[in-house]
Amino acid sequence: MNAAARKRVLVFAFTAPAAAILLAVVLYPFVYNMLLSFSDMSLRHFRLWSLIGLKQYSKVFSEPGFYTVFGKTILWTVINVFFHVLIGVFLALVLNQQIKGRSIFRTLLILPWAIPQFIVALTWRGMFNYEYGAINLILSQYLGLSPIPWLQSPTGAFAAAIITNIWLGFPFMMVIALGGLQSIPGELYEAADIDGATSWQKTRSITLPLLKPVMIPAITLGIVWTFNNLNIVWLISNGGEPADQTHILVSYVYRAAFNLYRFGYAAALSVVIFVILLVLSLSFMKRTHATASAY
Amino acid sequence: MLLTYTFLVVFTLATLYPIVQVFSISLRPANRLLSTSLEIIPQGWTLDAYRQLFVEKPFLRWLLNSTLVSVIVTLTGVALASTAGYAFSRFEFLGKKAGLTGLLVTQMFPATMLLLPLYIMLVKLGLLNSYIGIIIVYTATALPFCVWQMKGYYDTIPYTLEEAARIDGATQFFAFYRIILPLAAPGLVITALFSFITAWSEYLVAAQILQDSALYTLPIGLKQFESSMSTEWALYAAGSLVVSIPAVTLFLLLSRWLVSGLTLGSVKG
Repeated sequence: MNAAARKRVLVFAFTAPAAAILLAVVLYPFVYNMLLSFSDMSLRHFRLWSLIGLKQYSKVFSEPGFYTVFGKTILWTVINVFFHVLIGVFLALVLNQQIKGRSIFRTLLILPWAIPQFIVALTWRGMFNYEYGAINLILSQYLGLSPIPWLQSPTGAFAAAIITNIWLGFPFMMVIALGGLQSIPGELYEAADIDGATSWQKTRSITLPLLKPVMIPAITLGIVWTFNNLNIVWLISNGGEPADQTHILVSYVYRAAFNLYRFGYAAALSVVIFVILLVLSLSFMKRTHATASAY
Repeated sequence: MLLTYTFLVVFTLATLYPIVQVFSISLRPANRLLSTSLEIIPQGWTLDAYRQLFVEKPFLRWLLNSTLVSVIVTLTGVALASTAGYAFSRFEFLGKKAGLTGLLVTQMFPATMLLLPLYIMLVKLGLLNSYIGIIIVYTATALPFCVWQMKGYYDTIPYTLEEAARIDGATQFFAFYRIILPLAAPGLVITALFSFITAWSEYLVAAQILQDSALYTLPIGLKQFESSMSTEWALYAAGSLVVSIPAVTLFLLLSRWLVSGLTLGSVKG
């Protein structure tokens, strides 16, 4: 065998196993999902389903619930990512100073990211319980406020999910920002000191601009993760309670698929959600001039 | 300085509070399960929930099931990602760019995009209620990230190493297996830990695929305790601590590498 042929065999040997599996478990389901989205498949039409063109897509856009949930998803993503970045960068700035026990604080502050998400969600759900949850007990026993019916009202449940998700999401931004801060050369600050800059001026003109290129890819990733975070909303609201009001797009489609068995509709909605997220993140990357890819 | 410190301590306490809460609930005796007290060590505290978990409840069984599933997903992930990542890093071939972009784009799929068709396929193949089914879905979830991660890691290892080996007469496979793979060990560790944690901590997919209680993994089992909060709240708390400990330990070991992987890739593209 000559060298070129040997190389081809090698490339094949390296790529074939993963390619075969990826084709089988990613590409094939994806194509199958596209097919389903043009079909009337449901629990009733599970074996005898037929292609019905774009009807499921027009159903997606004609149901008013879709627009409400879409709006909530945007609100959910913006609030979460905003607080993740704000808290994360703030803590990173604090941790970047010469303080005692820095690495201990850093480790403790990463914990919310490390704990399995379903446990975070179920634990916070317990803490939001009206009578026995820690949140209401703190509100009434220490702050003298009346307890809030978190999980009984749509706004309360949505707020509870957001609080939980902020708690679990800031460590990622903190760690990224900390890495970014450590790569800023110290000479810049020394030069600024010579020029008599205040610490606020240094933060605004040196730290934040140099942090931006590190944070933009992380924020893009954060948007994608938050937009599609099924665990928190689903488990905090126990599947959309009260009265199916607490949903973001991804929990809405999960419910359509696995509780309502509207397979064709859910497949179409999945495609719509994917396209929305793709457009959103691409335009975000374009506007912020981020590097081509999120990873 | 004092202000900074105060902020830091307040934030850290807020971060730790839910964890302390779970610990506190796990110590509650059965008759004080629903209590409106905020004390951390409850009156008449007991380790009974932990005993019940391991002796009376099928917790060990779930632990075993979860371990089995997670280990298989990890081994599959490492084997596939270490070879595919190498090919993406070192070779030119048809569809390479499309493949890499495709893997990236899968990260934007809503959960149902692959789960629903896979679920329907598993129903038709009679693989619902089987570990093969859930292992397929977990592999599909974790693999794209792992391949990217490994590609990024190989990219940091200079190609001159393989060239030197080739000049000494080694085959490319030998160079990969004996020179590059050992150097890529940290990358392999990240891939392994990431796959393991993905499988270990997953609830929503498992809830659809595993309906036979003998097959339950830890997350489904814990959710059951949580559902009957008034009677099994302490069991949930104790169980969730036990489940979190390995995940958190692995994660803390991994976090430094994970982040460097994430940011490395962003520069390299």
